[in-house]
Amino acid sequence: MQPAFSVIFLTTLIGMGQGVFLAIYTEHVYSVLNVVQQSNNSQFYVIGSVVALGLLVLGLFASFFHLGHPERAWRAATMWRTSWLSREVIVLPIVMFFVFVYAVLHFFEFNIVLITFGSIDVNLSLVIGAVATLTVFALYICTAMIYASLKFLQEWHCVLTVLNYTLLGSASGFTATALLSFYTQADKFNFYLGWSLVLLVLAFISRIASLYRNRRLRPISTVQTAIGIRHNQIKQKSMGFMGGAVNTRDFFHGKTRLFIRSIKQIFIWLLFIVPLCIMTLTFYSPSYEMIGLAMISMYLGLLAERWYFFADANHPQNIYYQVIS
Amino acid sequence: MKQYKTSKQLALVIDLNVCVGCHACVTNCKEWNTSGSAGALSDDNPYDKDPTGTFFNRVQTYEIGEYPKTETIHFPKSCLHCEEPPCVPVCPTGASYKREEDGIVLVDYDKCIGCRYCSWACPYGAREIDEHQKVMKKCTLCVDRIYDTDLPEEERKPACVLACPTSARLFGDVHDPDSEVSEAIREQGGYQLMPEWGSKPSNHYLPRRKQKVKHSPEELERVDNPLKKEDYQAEDSAGPSLDDVTSW
Ligand code: SF4
Ligand code: SF4
Repeated sequence: MQPAFSVIFLTTLIGMGQGVFLAIYTEHVYSVLNVVQQSNNSQFYVIGSVVALGLLVLGLFASFFHLGHPERAWRAATMWRTSWLSREVIVLPIVMFFVFVYAVLHFFEFNIVLITFGSIDVNLSLVIGAVATLTVFALYICTAMIYASLKFLQEWHCVLTVLNYTLLGSASGFTATALLSFYTQADKFNFYLGWSLVLLVLAFISRIASLYRNRRLRPISTVQTAIGIRHNQIKQKSMGFMGGAVNTRDFFHGKTRLFIRSIKQIFIWLLFIVPLCIMTLTFYSPSYEMIGLAMISMYLGLLAERWYFFADANHPQNIYYQVIS
Repeated sequence: MKQYKTSKQLALVIDLNVCVGCHACVTNCKEWNTSGSAGALSDDNPYDKDPTGTFFNRVQTYEIGEYPKTETIHFPKSCLHCEEPPCVPVCPTGASYKREEDGIVLVDYDKCIGCRYCSWACPYGAREIDEHQKVMKKCTLCVDRIYDTDLPEEERKPACVLACPTSARLFGDVHDPDSEVSEAIREQGGYQLMPEWGSKPSNHYLPRRKQKVKHSPEELERVDNPLKKEDYQAEDSAGPSLDDVTSW
């Protein structure tokens, strides 16, 4: 496919935004359960939620550039029964709403306790956060299923697509939160950093698994099934036109193999290896510059990863558009 | 997945045995569909460098086999109006739909947001976005002419069908077993494209059929004439008679 930058920014930005929320809420739950040291974190939760919201809004903004008629975008919420894209369009504002409510509750420190289990107080923000977390996971699934549900795009039609979107989004979100916490909540820095490392390693494994899977794929559609002629030697002589068409632009990246392979190397290094090394070092000697560097490298890597994700998919329609004349 | 059950299913049957690759269907399709009330099928630089444009129908050419044993196949392709169209359920707005009454797959240009998702979901590359109107376009089976009662009955057919000089394009209801198209599919080996995706295209293709007549020696020589006398005449017609002068 031809990677579209609007979609690349959409998926990476909202993925990271969702991850930021998951990070602060994980810390919230841990501190309620007394796994990490309790402190008055409300202010940090507000900052985190606002950053998460900001990323979600930016992503949404980027997505409008993909539409021919953004003024009709609201219509996209109507076909949720059949369309994963429609589901994403519905779940995204729901996530934003709950993250917003979560931020407001913390901003006004509006902590009514709903139930108490022993020494654990379950207050309203904890419940809202849980709901928001569910919607965040639903959004990861919706976003990834837009691609994974298209069965003839064999590179995408796999559970690893959903896993990758979730893990990469979470990992980048936890790293962004670690960066945020460096000055504002230094005692939790290692908590976020540790989680980022774990998630990034998991994402690395899952992404390599999908690269490995895709390398071994054999196309199900061939020129024989495409035109329905049983013969081993079929050559296209003309695709029906000599100029351009959407079919020759939208479905193929138009780059050389070498270019594609270098993008793969770039994302493996920038998204995984470099941040993993930097973050491991940062774990022992915390430094704002280092974690900042890891974040930049990771986001650039993420852009390259998403570009590769799209370019890697072979659309069967390309079989019909091989020879210009 | 949603099941689409339509009593009628209009479709094209394209005879690859007859198609000569003249592109008449392409031009007539473009002419009709660019002049309708839905607006033009926009082009850029049509007479210039790097022309590009929106078409519903394309005729491609393939070479089968290796020289000198080759055959050229001209292969027209447009939206196949699938019975289980993968492009329809993915549309987030409902702009893409399949008509209950005749199975035609259409796009409502007033609802389409131009997200291109349906074109990703069509394995055949039959959908093309109009770069100027920013909505998705595809073959409508000339829905705006096949029901037009202002036209004479025989012209209520898709523009491509009317244009084809070799009658390589048949049009009709593939759910009606007695229709011309059903009969052609049944009796001349009609097949579907990329059956592996379960989209069940309604348009069918008729394969190349070599016209070979086989003669056995018995057909060339009369077995009931062992003496090989071709000017054999009946015994009683020894001479001419008045009433049958023309009989020999
Ligand atoms: S050919 Fe493509 S656009 Fe037409 S109905 Fe089938 S899937 Fe949809
Ligand atoms: S481009 Fe239009 S018709 Fe296609 S999926 Fe998007 S809204 Fe639906």
